[in-house]
Amino acid sequence: MKRREFLKVALSGLGLFASSAICSKTVFSSEIKAKTKEFFGVLVDTTRCIGCRTCEASCAESHSLPIPNIEDKSVFTKIRKPDEKTLTVVNRFLTEKGEIYVKIQCMHCNQPGCVAACLVKAMKKRKEGPVTWDENCMGCRYCMVSCPFDIPKFEYDEAFGRIMKCDMCYGRISSGKVPACVEVCPKEALTFGTRRDILNEAKKRIYQTPGLYVPYIYGENEVGGTAFLYISSYPFEKLNFQMDLGYTPYPEYTTGFLYSVPVILILWPAFLTGIHYLTKERKKEIER
Amino acid sequence: MRKEFESITIARNGLTLALSKLVLLTFYFIGFLVLLIKELKPKGKVLTAFNVITLPIILLGTYLIITHMFYGLSHGSNVSQDFPWGIFIGFNVMVGVPFAGGAYVLAFVVYILNAEKYHPILRATILNGFLAYVFYASAIFLDLGRKWNILNPIIGNEFGVNSVLFLVAWHFLLYMIAQFIEFSPAIAEWLELKRLRKILSSMTLGACVFGIALSTLHQSGLGALFMMAKNKLHPLWYTEFIPVLFFVSSIFAGLSCVIVEGTISKKVFRHRMSEEYLKNYDDIVIGLARGCAITLFVYFFLKVLIFIHGKSWVYISSPMGIWYLVEVLGFVLIPCLMFYYGQRDRRINLIRVAALVTMLGVIINRINYSMIAYKWYLPLSEKYIPTWQEIVITLTIVFTQLWIFRWVVNRMPVYGEVPEWAKEKELEEEEYQAELGFTMANGGQRYRDY
Ligand code: SF4
Ligand code: SF4
Repeated sequence: MKRREFLKVALSGLGLFASSAICSKTVFSSEIKAKTKEFFGVLVDTTRCIGCRTCEASCAESHSLPIPNIEDKSVFTKIRKPDEKTLTVVNRFLTEKGEIYVKIQCMHCNQPGCVAACLVKAMKKRKEGPVTWDENCMGCRYCMVSCPFDIPKFEYDEAFGRIMKCDMCYGRISSGKVPACVEVCPKEALTFGTRRDILNEAKKRIYQTPGLYVPYIYGENEVGGTAFLYISSYPFEKLNFQMDLGYTPYPEYTTGFLYSVPVILILWPAFLTGIHYLTKERKKEIER
Repeated sequence: MRKEFESITIARNGLTLALSKLVLLTFYFIGFLVLLIKELKPKGKVLTAFNVITLPIILLGTYLIITHMFYGLSHGSNVSQDFPWGIFIGFNVMVGVPFAGGAYVLAFVVYILNAEKYHPILRATILNGFLAYVFYASAIFLDLGRKWNILNPIIGNEFGVNSVLFLVAWHFLLYMIAQFIEFSPAIAEWLELKRLRKILSSMTLGACVFGIALSTLHQSGLGALFMMAKNKLHPLWYTEFIPVLFFVSSIFAGLSCVIVEGTISKKVFRHRMSEEYLKNYDDIVIGLARGCAITLFVYFFLKVLIFIHGKSWVYISSPMGIWYLVEVLGFVLIPCLMFYYGQRDRRINLIRVAALVTMLGVIINRINYSMIAYKWYLPLSEKYIPTWQEIVITLTIVFTQLWIFRWVVNRMPVYGEVPEWAKEKELEEEEYQAELGFTMANGGQRYRDY
């Protein structure tokens, strides 16, 4: 084989290769791993929630969205999901223990699938805990596919649509206030604090009031832990919580693939070029 | 004309040299434009059935695309909060990319394994692959909710390097460039740019090698996109091996597509095909069929292993389970056997049917991932079903691609009619290389000649 040939191959490939290296080099960075610094979260105590929906109203207000009529109890007839105009919703469940209300919104995962999905880092896990969205988003909606809780929603009707989801009132938190929903809750069903504190609080409530709660904190380990935690007097699976998500952080499902990228990008070309020259020599020999 | 230009370039003075080069380039460019305008006139009959059917659809589609761009994504489309990816990504991209996989498989066979037999079909396949990528990239563009930000992942308005989609996007882009380089000698031959052709064809091998690496990654990357949809995909379809399955299936998807495309082309473009091409055609198809049979079997085997490993018996009697069996037995095992018997008994027509069945199977498989097995628990009323507008736009994309394909094939040496001068050059080069031996010093000689 001619060295010159080889150089040519190598050089013309180098351009492509260098650019692909951008994709692969940083794959090993551990950005998506949880921050060691403490971050905030919200404890939702479903036993205290009375379904007044003031949290829905104040959320809409502080995000400049259409304010729902919270007197209207008919919304409880079906299970609702958050959408692009309501970032949090309260659902009612009729159980033998009476009516149970569950507020749902983005869980602000410790290692969020949506953040790992985003190809322009429009989704960010902030050091304070919230997962927020930025304007550089290109609207591919991969975050919607990848969120285990199916939370991000897109404004389809706008020519300049945005991804809409709870941002834990990032603006308020960074100026030292608590999220809007936490502030207005009349029954203190929502508690804001560092995740460590609210986790302790949840445990305390479970152990100090025997028989009231089921011994499980939803969000403690789900998908590697979330910043919103739930405690309840009724089995979670009957309150429409997803119990099959597992404890593996969602980004880890793709790391295996991403790790293989640099390996393939380095080994494949070498391997292929090798075979090429081997078979070429052989072809020449046969011809001779 | 060329002679005159060359006499100008001999000028010694550096400045004049640069200037004359500029003039030369401008002349070439103007010449190219004139040629292009002249060449835009259709060759052959205008009122063919194909034109009569596709033209109205393309016109309507263009209108729909424009309105779609201005009124937001929900305009004439059924994408929803539950199904963020509709037909543009779920069909055009998910199906189109594996169908274009023939380009990297054949590049591997011809350039890496040096199996000359398949050389005649390589250009058409690469052209097809290249056009497919360009048009599916435009399908992605249509589907973006914030289109003006499409350049962000490229210009670095934040690199989401941990995202599979980031990887796929970059590899799409690079692969398009690689494919363009692979095809470019044909353009140079068409324009009779001998010197340029030489440079371009010396880059082909490099482009192929990296093209193959990129293909491996983004074909499997398309599958890896669904890795985080773990709780949304039916367990029969969700496995940690999705990327491998997508990769393997892109091989037979691409090869089947080459077989079908060749069958049609042989009817439509017969006048453009070289003797050699037509003579070897059957042998080539049989070889491709062998490749399909083997990869389909590997795929089937993988599916069985994953099935047993995942202890998936419990799902098999449900409607989704039966649908799964239809996909795996009906559209993997059966075409695999058809290919096997087809190539063994040299039954070209059987092979063609098998290729069609395989393509249908790949369509079903990818649509399963993006629409049917995705959120399978939702009732039918909440599932995604494309609107007629979306279908027309999809057809427009496919038809426009075919129009351009036809335009190129009718002009450039795609099916083997390489001009004499290019052939001679190739021979010359081979001999020359033999003389040169292995030393770099001698190698330098070659470049001083032109
Ligand atoms: S719940 Fe979904 S949207 Fe919220 S942080 Fe987790 S992955 Fe992201
Ligand atoms: S839709 Fe926007 S935020 Fe979501 S993954 Fe795509 S670019 Fe990121």
